[in-house]
Amino acid sequence: MAGKTIVITSGKGGVGKTTSSANIGTALAMHGNKVCLIDADIGLRNLDVVMGLENRIVYDIVDVVENNCRLEQAMIRDKRYDGLYLLPAAQTRDKTSVTPFQMKELIEKLKEDMDYIVVDSPAGIEQGFKNAIAGADRAIIVTTPEISAVRDADRIIGLLEAEGLRDPEVIINRIRADMVERGDMMGIEDMIEILAIELIGIVPEDEGIVVSTNRGEPIALNDNAKAGQAYRNIARRIMGEDLPMMKLEKDSFISRFKKLVGLS
Amino acid sequence: MKSDDKKSKSVAKERLQFVLVQDRVKLTPDEMDAMRDELIEVLSKYIDVDSQKIEMDVRREDDMTALVANFPLKGSK
Repeated sequence: MAGKTIVITSGKGGVGKTTSSANIGTALAMHGNKVCLIDADIGLRNLDVVMGLENRIVYDIVDVVENNCRLEQAMIRDKRYDGLYLLPAAQTRDKTSVTPFQMKELIEKLKEDMDYIVVDSPAGIEQGFKNAIAGADRAIIVTTPEISAVRDADRIIGLLEAEGLRDPEVIINRIRADMVERGDMMGIEDMIEILAIELIGIVPEDEGIVVSTNRGEPIALNDNAKAGQAYRNIARRIMGEDLPMMKLEKDSFISRFKKLVGLS
Repeated sequence: MKSDDKKSKSVAKERLQFVLVQDRVKLTPDEMDAMRDELIEVLSKYIDVDSQKIEMDVRREDDMTALVANFPLKGSK
């Protein structure tokens, strides 16, 4: 098997890299793929809690590269899907504990057995970012409709291209149709025009994300959630399907009325 | 509503485009201004440039990043 490696990155922190990684990995596994999620955020690991797997960690990525354990021993099997694994970051080490070369080697090994390897990059453009992109075939940049996030996304596009990762794609996260409508948030077209890269998905702002993170159950598992649908669509596009972008729903009159009178 | 009635989305887009020009060409605002002034100076030797309407943008295209500048001619439409 020759798996594909996708790095999820952003530059800016807090835009939804870890949530996106967890959901894309989960949705890819839902479609029958063998998937390994790698948390490359050494020292600030979080993909384990978003996946609800934090209490199963014995070994981590640094143990693997330092030969304290075999790769298979550090890979945590997901509770829900047999083909889904997490390779957790070390929490008490720093970004220099893994080199880009070691990351590449690790990914090459995983590729033999996996359909997809999804790497959750740390924020920033330093060593951790360089490690995260080292073995990647494809890059997905997460941004939100804010100047700071789009600016950082633009920086990342430049850095990825300099590293030979051509044609990155973008997820626009946390978009709010009502705010775009009234002219208080940049729209999808605005950002795509400025960044000049391919859009691979839009994820609407969804309170359900907070709830799903609270529970450690990626929202992609929830059939009724808009954001879950958005991530399942992204996974299908990664697999090569040509799906139309999700229509953003404005708040209906009723829900606006409810908000007005404090019912929701 | 703020004092001017421009939507905050348009303000964001303009400010973003402005910072991206600097980020992409790696010039400071002062250097950008200097380049702009020198370009006007050179072009003015040959043509009548309307310096009020100049637009400079750095765009990412398929294979390259390009500085795209518009120097409208005075009195032209």
